[in-house]
Amino acid sequence: MTKKTNDTVLRFMTCGSVDDGKSTLIGRLLFDTKTILTDTLSQIEKTSKKRGMSALDLSLITDGLQAEREQGITIDVAYRYFSTGTRKYIIADAPGHEQYTRNMVTAASTAECAIILIDARKGILTQTKRHTYLSKLVGIKHILVAINKMDLIDYAEDQFKEIQHDYLAFTNAINLKDTEIKFIPISALAGDMIVDRGEKLNWYNGPTLLDYLENLDASEKNAMKELRFPVQYVCRPQDSANKELHDFRGFMGRIESGLLCVNDKVKILPSGHQSEVKDIRVGNDFIEEAIPEQSVTITLKDEIDISRGDMIVHEEDSIKSTKSFNATVCWLNESPLTMNRTYLIMHAARASKAKITHIEHKIDVNTLAKEKTSQLNVNDIADLSFKLAQPLILDTYEDNRVTGAFILVDESTFHTVAAGMINNIDS
Amino acid sequence: MAKVLSHLDWLESEAIHIMREVAGQCSNPVLLFSGGKDSLCLLRIAEKAFRPGRFPFPLMHVDTGHNYPEVIAFRDRKVNELGERLVVASVEESMKKGTVMLNSPNEPRNKYQSITLLEAIEEHGFDCCIGGARRDEEKARAKERIMSFRDEFGQWDPKNQRPELWDLYNARVHKGENIRAFPISNWTEMDVWQYIEREQLELPNIYYAHQRDVVKRNGAIVPVTEFTPPKPGELIENLMVRFRTVGDITCTAPVLSHADTVEKIILETASTIISERGETRLDDQMSESAMEQRKKEGYF
Repeated sequence: MTKKTNDTVLRFMTCGSVDDGKSTLIGRLLFDTKTILTDTLSQIEKTSKKRGMSALDLSLITDGLQAEREQGITIDVAYRYFSTGTRKYIIADAPGHEQYTRNMVTAASTAECAIILIDARKGILTQTKRHTYLSKLVGIKHILVAINKMDLIDYAEDQFKEIQHDYLAFTNAINLKDTEIKFIPISALAGDMIVDRGEKLNWYNGPTLLDYLENLDASEKNAMKELRFPVQYVCRPQDSANKELHDFRGFMGRIESGLLCVNDKVKILPSGHQSEVKDIRVGNDFIEEAIPEQSVTITLKDEIDISRGDMIVHEEDSIKSTKSFNATVCWLNESPLTMNRTYLIMHAARASKAKITHIEHKIDVNTLAKEKTSQLNVNDIADLSFKLAQPLILDTYEDNRVTGAFILVDESTFHTVAAGMINNIDS
Repeated sequence: MAKVLSHLDWLESEAIHIMREVAGQCSNPVLLFSGGKDSLCLLRIAEKAFRPGRFPFPLMHVDTGHNYPEVIAFRDRKVNELGERLVVASVEESMKKGTVMLNSPNEPRNKYQSITLLEAIEEHGFDCCIGGARRDEEKARAKERIMSFRDEFGQWDPKNQRPELWDLYNARVHKGENIRAFPISNWTEMDVWQYIEREQLELPNIYYAHQRDVVKRNGAIVPVTEFTPPKPGELIENLMVRFRTVGDITCTAPVLSHADTVEKIILETASTIISERGETRLDDQMSESAMEQRKKEGYF
């Protein structure tokens, strides 16, 4: 029997600090799935020795930049890869201490699952709550709570159960009902219940951490069933030598949600013009149906003026363009938000000038308390109201993780200064 | 259960999306093409992204002058087949101008590619270079953005990168600044070989096992060429080898192999125990942070 996840990609993030054994866990996953290669291993052996350690320090596998090694910290999200033959995995490894909000939100933005590490000796900490809240905020639907360092509490089942109980009490209180939550006792150091089961956790009957990942159904990445096809690029070869290509107009982009089939009746937003799909192709291959995340080129039966940034939806869709909305925003830049300044908003394939008209409140990521503020600094999260110069075709983030998301760009420095998730759209 | 793309389709689709963003956001991009396997994947992706139209960018080869002739012949034939434009930026031209000064005549020229690349960027006014780098190649790359900002001197500042969230790429730059776009960031060496097999991509023949004169030096196999002559006392052997990466002759070493087809290379890659750069890139072995240093200086 083939597994249902056969030959797909799964992106997950790991939350925790070096003290929780996060680097050791990732090192263990890569080591036990035979992803660590000999030369990397010999480098790690050398460094382990240099630092006076007796055993191989698996956490060194995730060691990154020179500046990080010098300071013994991690400063940025790193991406790691491994493959089991069943699935290809992309790990977004977010550092636990430094700039944690910015880095966690970045890592979470592309992840379908979050592994939240808890030190079994310490139980639920403030950072556990923060990681859970940020995962929920960025729309992660699968949380795996990995209770680590079981070896240091003699693999005690009752302590595992107690942490599980405490965690569920906390998630009930913050309304995490749409999120699937699982618990696994592990020892990253000893390798128990990561790839191999080990011999010390016989009271636990659930899957190993890798089994959990192998069987995770992430096919419903985007909740939305309605078609969203933002046009990234218009292909007009205008090749006078080739009669067929002379009038060719291909609309190129990626299906962000829903399905698009040949002969579907569609409309183009914001113009509202309607037509039907003539053909769909990927390279030279013609296909009948395009599915989410597929990059395609389509042609239409009518000659319509369409440019980059336009959104193609089904004819009966009631979605409209909008010029005002509110969103939860994470401020990413060292220079704080300046009210009444114009920023550039980048959404799907379109950009618009935008102003922030109102800060509703700031959210404390540790307690979820809302507080009034007139300032927004790096790593702050807040609900803001926006006004747009050009209309955009928006969805809420809850409905659509692609067309519900945007970034803000500083018009003079061109830095990416904020990331936003849309809550309400004014009609 | 919803339909889901296979891992190769997913990676390909992501790469197409990235290339189209470059085309949509940048006014004068260029695609770096070496004739190597990663840049050949980029060409196939560009075909899928832009055909039946032309590529919205020329191709550029930063040529060190130390090439395997087969690779250059292959490069020119490929460009002709595609009917696209090739720009050659030559390290030897930079040497003539005096902007590249070698410490010794037979010094590896890879690091000088950065100077020639930056000169070409300035000369042609390119605002974005599309490259075939992958995050699994090297630890400095693991933290680099898909659209990576470089200042006027081509420098990468690892501590001050633009945040990159979702698939929303910010390729905006001021005049003189530059974006390096890496559409196959999320691919591994294995993904590249599987894609080559699936797409039946033609590669320069030195990627496949062949007989070659080599010497063994410090644990590496060094090909005997006019740029890399044997040292006194070294024994020349004629062995079956293949290259896993293709670059400047003086810093690319082959591995012992009998894999003469893509299928056999995939089998060998699946069971290999030494990573691509560690085994065959003599320039990265020099220090723990060799790649990081080069990137800070403008290397792609």
